[in-house]
Amino acid sequence: MSYHVDQNGYYGRFGGAFIPEMMYPNVDELRNRYLEIIESEEFRKEYTDLLRDYVGRPSPLYFSNRLSQQYGAQIYLKREDLNHTGSHKINNTVGQILLAKRLGKHRIIAETGAGQHGVATATVCSREGLQCIVYMGALDVSRQAPNVEKMKMLGAEVRPVYSGNQTLKDATNEAIRDWINHPEDTHYIIGSVVGPHPYPDMVARFQAIISQEMRQQLKEKTGFELPNAVIACVGGGSNAAGAFYHFLDDKAVKLIAVEAAGKGIDTGESAATTALGKTGVLHGSKSLLMQTEDGQIIEPYSISAGLDYPGIGPMHANLYETGRAQFMSVTDEETLEAAYNLTEKEGIIPALESAHALAALEKLKFTSGEVVVVNISGRGDKDMETYLKHFHAKQ
Amino acid sequence: MENRINQLFKEKQNNILSVYFTAGYPKLQDTEEVIIELEKSGADLIEIGIPFSDPVADGPTIQKSSDKALKNGMSMKLLFGQLKDIRQKVKLPLVLMGYFNNVLQYGVEEFCRKANEIGIDGIILPDLPLEVYEHEYRTYFEQNNLRNIFLITPQTHDERIRKIDELSNGFIYMVSSSSTTGAKSSVTQHQEAYFKRIQEMNLKNPRLIGFGISNNTTFVNSCRYSNGAIVGSAFIKALSNEGSISQNVKKFVDFIRLPEEN
Repeated sequence: MSYHVDQNGYYGRFGGAFIPEMMYPNVDELRNRYLEIIESEEFRKEYTDLLRDYVGRPSPLYFSNRLSQQYGAQIYLKREDLNHTGSHKINNTVGQILLAKRLGKHRIIAETGAGQHGVATATVCSREGLQCIVYMGALDVSRQAPNVEKMKMLGAEVRPVYSGNQTLKDATNEAIRDWINHPEDTHYIIGSVVGPHPYPDMVARFQAIISQEMRQQLKEKTGFELPNAVIACVGGGSNAAGAFYHFLDDKAVKLIAVEAAGKGIDTGESAATTALGKTGVLHGSKSLLMQTEDGQIIEPYSISAGLDYPGIGPMHANLYETGRAQFMSVTDEETLEAAYNLTEKEGIIPALESAHALAALEKLKFTSGEVVVVNISGRGDKDMETYLKHFHAKQ
Repeated sequence: MENRINQLFKEKQNNILSVYFTAGYPKLQDTEEVIIELEKSGADLIEIGIPFSDPVADGPTIQKSSDKALKNGMSMKLLFGQLKDIRQKVKLPLVLMGYFNNVLQYGVEEFCRKANEIGIDGIILPDLPLEVYEHEYRTYFEQNNLRNIFLITPQTHDERIRKIDELSNGFIYMVSSSSTTGAKSSVTQHQEAYFKRIQEMNLKNPRLIGFGISNNTTFVNSCRYSNGAIVGSAFIKALSNEGSISQNVKKFVDFIRLPEEN
């Protein structure tokens, strides 16, 4: 069984391109050209050089002595938080901006939740001198203020979105509407492994550098070819897609995806899609979705703006359904505990998103000697307000 | 019996006015009255919008009407209930328009069966791709005498238009310019070239032009290049005006049909 996309753009029964005709020419052009472009030697070279010299890759694989003692396994942290702009999001935006240039597009749009993808997009647009418009839910604009200021300083226009819950889903709707209204000059840099084919595959390929490096670094450090488990958080699922990518066909590696339970799966304030969702179509692909019986999308909730999304990418839906990946969820409270734990033990303040992956360590059982890699997808600077509020409340 | 869409185009080739509105808007129980008044006022075809929480192809006006309808309590089951006896009251062709996810949750086959039972003639699902329709759902539509209406845009290639023409048996929905619904529009040179290009393709299906049709001028201009036009956002705005539904509908249809007096 292959866990990769098939030639029709599907992962098992998930994926496809459920788009209105107005988007068809843009998506079709991408579908026809993305592989040829990103697999060309000339592209590979420019992309790899930029990842090294601009992003700062490879990101370290760090052995956490104290988490290893705490959890009774060999715990390694993949430090995507050390990338330029502070998260894994830049891996994808560097790739897509190079692609957009080759497609002759000069206007770039993006959606953003926590603001990490928005900043990463604004950054590469600034470097290329391209116009950049970022759609961001109005609620997220207020809870991720530092990232909004960064995007503006980088020259991007941030457009707050007031529809729905004013979060990531609504920002995505508005970015899609923008693309429909600008069919010729615009490239839409989707930040996650969601959207119509070829986006999930394209974004996964750009993020796959994470697991490619993990394998290499693990071999160098331990002599082992494979870890026993890889843990990553999932909103749409781009950092998890990247962390899992080169292990998909190695069944010996447990893939653990951690969703945001919010205040708890049964509270009505959650974003745990696999626990609460069923098959549906949103933002151009068929996947698992949180929705009512009537097919209206349910507004998700998470303390982490980056995981506050009612679906998961089609690749993940297939990993869930086939049992290839284990899906679990952790609450806001467990996430905050995990963030504080890492800060105390290792002097690393993780993003709220990444803290979900860390919180899973509490719930998993390991045997000593097992090698576990946790993907630290981003750093916590943007979440300081939330962390401080929690810290003061506890005192 | 013959599908009412086909019947309409057999009897009338020009100046066809198709009107879109959101079911359950402005008030939950208004659906039937809006349909009846549209027929009385001289519309030729009616598109009943199924509200969706995330309508990405729609501009602000239809987004707001969908939100309102959902807040009013509209659902697919309720809509089918409201339309149960509609064929005892109106003769015009009726089309259901919505997003695929709502239909998927209801069950595509059951949706088609139910639509036919009520007397619906056509379906427009902008985010149901041509290929998926052809391979997975076409049979259900055909078994239930439903015409699936496809959209084309100025960017749609000729080859794809031919394919759409081949798969269609009702009419083709020509999106006037690549945009979400309700965008401001006047007929530009660019558009005229597109309208002419399609006109000269001699498609087997009739064509209606929609998106940005909001007054008599845009209606008449569109009719010059097609069999008629579709009005949506402008009608939703008219429904929100003060006054009874009957007055608002009559006034609006006249406004679209009749040249402005000097």
